[in-house]
Amino acid sequence: MSPEILAVLGIPLAGGAVLALFGHWKRAAEINIAFSSATFVAAAALVVRVVDRGPFASFENQLFVDALNVFLVALTAFVAMTTSIFSRPYMRIEQEHGKLTVARLRLYHSMYQLFSFTMLLVLLSNNLGVTWVATEAATLTTVLLVSLYRTPASLEAAWKYFILCGVGIAQALFGTILVYLAAGKVLGSGMDALLWTELAQVRGSLEPTVMSIAFVFLLVGYGTKVGLVPLHNWLPDAHAEGPTPVSAVLSGLLLNVALYALVRFKVLADGALGAEFASRLLMGFGILSVAVAAFFLSRQRDIKRMFAYSSIEHMGLITFAFGIGSPVAAFAGLLHMTVHSLTKSAIFFAVGHAAQKTGTQVMEDIRGLVKVSPTVGWGLILGTVAILGMPPFGVFASEFLILTTAMREQPWATPILLVSLGVAFAAVFGKVQPMVFGETTAKRLPHPPALVPVFLHLALALMLGLYIPPYLASWYREAARLIG
Amino acid sequence: MISWSGVVAQVTELALAVLLAPLLTGWVNQCRAWLQNKSGPGLLRPYRTIRKLFAKDAVIATNASAVFRTAPYVVFACMLVAAAIVPTLATDLPFSIAADAIALVGIFALARVFISLAAMDVGTAFGSLGARREMMIGFLAEPALLMVLFTASLISQSTSLATTVERLARMEFAIFPSLAFAGVAFTMVSLAENARIPVDNPATHLELTMIHEAMVLEYSARHLALIEWAASLKLFVYSCIGISIFFPFGISQGGDPLGFAYALPALVFKLAVGGALLAVIETVSAKMRIFRAPEFLGTAFMLAVLALLIHALLET
Amino acid sequence: MITAAFANQIINLFAAVMLLLAFAMLAQRRVLSLIDLFAMQGLVLTLSTGFVAYTTGQTHLWFSAGITFALKVVLLPWILYRLIRQLDVKWDVEGLINIPTTMLIGIVLVILSFNVALPISQIAGTITKGTLGIALASVLLAFLMMITRSKAVPQVIGFLAMENGLFFAATAATYGMPMVVELGIALDVLVGVVILGVFFFQIRERFDSLDIRHLEKLKEE
Repeated sequence: MSPEILAVLGIPLAGGAVLALFGHWKRAAEINIAFSSATFVAAAALVVRVVDRGPFASFENQLFVDALNVFLVALTAFVAMTTSIFSRPYMRIEQEHGKLTVARLRLYHSMYQLFSFTMLLVLLSNNLGVTWVATEAATLTTVLLVSLYRTPASLEAAWKYFILCGVGIAQALFGTILVYLAAGKVLGSGMDALLWTELAQVRGSLEPTVMSIAFVFLLVGYGTKVGLVPLHNWLPDAHAEGPTPVSAVLSGLLLNVALYALVRFKVLADGALGAEFASRLLMGFGILSVAVAAFFLSRQRDIKRMFAYSSIEHMGLITFAFGIGSPVAAFAGLLHMTVHSLTKSAIFFAVGHAAQKTGTQVMEDIRGLVKVSPTVGWGLILGTVAILGMPPFGVFASEFLILTTAMREQPWATPILLVSLGVAFAAVFGKVQPMVFGETTAKRLPHPPALVPVFLHLALALMLGLYIPPYLASWYREAARLIG
Repeated sequence: MISWSGVVAQVTELALAVLLAPLLTGWVNQCRAWLQNKSGPGLLRPYRTIRKLFAKDAVIATNASAVFRTAPYVVFACMLVAAAIVPTLATDLPFSIAADAIALVGIFALARVFISLAAMDVGTAFGSLGARREMMIGFLAEPALLMVLFTASLISQSTSLATTVERLARMEFAIFPSLAFAGVAFTMVSLAENARIPVDNPATHLELTMIHEAMVLEYSARHLALIEWAASLKLFVYSCIGISIFFPFGISQGGDPLGFAYALPALVFKLAVGGALLAVIETVSAKMRIFRAPEFLGTAFMLAVLALLIHALLET
Repeated sequence: MITAAFANQIINLFAAVMLLLAFAMLAQRRVLSLIDLFAMQGLVLTLSTGFVAYTTGQTHLWFSAGITFALKVVLLPWILYRLIRQLDVKWDVEGLINIPTTMLIGIVLVILSFNVALPISQIAGTITKGTLGIALASVLLAFLMMITRSKAVPQVIGFLAMENGLFFAATAATYGMPMVVELGIALDVLVGVVILGVFFFQIRERFDSLDIRHLEKLKEE
């Protein structure tokens, strides 16, 4: 029994229950922040413990922590906390604009905590079946968040999100059943045959045919959730139509979490099949996502939609990196996961404020943000520069690593990646630049919005670009070793 | 090798079919009447109708060609051949080598073509209309029937009906989901092929709905008698196919007379039950619009294909 | 005690009925009949799970049979019936593709899933050859139903039928997943249906109809 794990999972779960009861209070947003912060503190304690004593399992081996997931737990708890801080003033203004009622805010706060809970459960679960259940639950908790505004477009987005992810995730369950079938041959039926730690030990003797088919189903299933092309259809809509804090956590966290589940299965598939099979699939899907998303970027008019496509692009890149499979590539993939989470959620915060100030998400109608509100403007342009892979931000470091590894190990992919990244750069920068520096007649805002989370995230991303603390680096290396 | 007992079985069977067929039709009609709280025309009514028709003078349209005159004989002969190859009492039928299950479908098709040609021959509107509808139904029903027979053939590894039935009867008890599906499909096809409700109504002369009756409107006297008789025979043959494939128990397999004595009452009993069931189906269901018939038969085809698939995938 | 061969035949029978019901759903036009078919599928699942529990002596399967019965034969159909009555939806299901074509695609899907499942079934000792294929086929057929229907309720029934297929796969191929997982899945399904119910009201409030063709505005320009 580990108190840290209990706290990491228990606090958001309790938060969901408390906010379901008291979410209509005036101070609900503060309660939300409190719970998210407490979760982050617990996650930090968990990190300390893992650094101290190494990986361990808990709750009769149902939950476990190792280098790979503890880093994602910390990241998830951190971004969930900053997003809750961002969401307090943001949602209040939405309410003042009459877009939300108190009852819906209650739903929002409660679901926000439950969503954090499900993501953390996916990360911490050792039982692959529970991983699936939690992933599905993560979809369920966010469906009503996406449709929070009840506009026709948001209802459509939520419906698409539910149906597509539901169908996709059903394929993942079939894959999980097949893995269980394969494991049953080795471990006997029963709970052990679904525990990742057990499976990882016997992964060499899992039936290859079953595992190959299982992995295809799992890739389709979790890949839908990651937003890999061509399974990505729900993603831009859900991001564009939901409230901005939800877009931020969807992009920054949920996609990571789904990819994490996929990576766990990749390790098993590699053990059973050799590295070739899963690698090729991941690289194929990854590079397709990068290329397709990059070309869709230039066609967007809605700013949140555009950054949603940018998320698809980056998820593709990370998937590709994991597909390469070498430790350096895995290291780069993990680093990219981190900086993408930080940067993308920062961008969504800035975009949320920009859209709220101008009352539109159409990029052509947003102009001269620097003049209206310097913090929002600079936050957006810095975030954009960071996500596009400009030095000195962390995205540059990870993309550079991925590209150089690709040049060495998969040279065929390099031109595709370079062209896609170039196209993405031109498209996004070309659109964001006039939004920030263009001419506007709007007056400067009297009160600059509080954008602490944006600059906090960007500062962290900047730090990771310039200097990765040695313990963090060794931690990434450890996690990369687990994957490779 | 043609055995004497085989020849005896063959002859008895054929005679039985020809003689009993109108009785089966009468039984179905009687049951239907009972179910609808009517007194009914009596079991022997079809015999009386046939006798009455044979005693009359035939009236033939002036522009009728030879096809019109020969069609009743061809149709009747087709049904005779069909009756001869379907095992009802025993499975060692010398004649069964003449045609297998696929040829059986062909024989039914031949009869259909002739009666449709005859219907169009005189050039009345009803005749053409009936012929067109009959061809539509046939074109949908035949593939389904073929699939049903294929399923049975796959299970027994032979397309000869006699061999199929023999193997099915001898097989030890096992659950064949495929046969169950095929059975349902076969029932649906039989309803359509024999012009029963819900596809056609044998008792109607309403031009919007009739199919079979529309084709034979121009016939009279002995021609009509033959056609009616052939229709009875067709119903009888279809019932026997169903019975012998799906409920073959009790059929005699060798030339032994005891088995024969046992098979006859068994057959009569099964036919009586089958006829009663047909009457029930006809009573509880409503006639479909003609445009729904393709869907009905499509479903039958689906079921038959499913049966085939399930057999190929589950039971091998 | 029954022989293994006979037990296999019974499981095959259940599998065949599952497949038949999947096709029947594909062909069904009326929403209420669709719910009935879904309940029947649930019943077949319950029976097959119970049967596997009986033959293998795995006690937790009795529980999962019980859950299946409570959830899929009683609770979910009841919720769906209520939803339909409260929403006052039109009874006819409109398809985007006509039914015979859908059926033909369905047959192709069945063959496809058998081919996918074949290598697995050959190794797996627990199952008779075709059940995994049939389970996968039911999943794909339900998927097809979701694609070809334009109304919200049939899509949801398709979604649930898909889960039925998965459950059948789990029972037939692996004698059921561990209890925790099955409970979790059941919970997810239940919560999913409740959320969808809420969602239906939202959609109808906004569009005055449950036709998803209203929900096709968001597209790439």
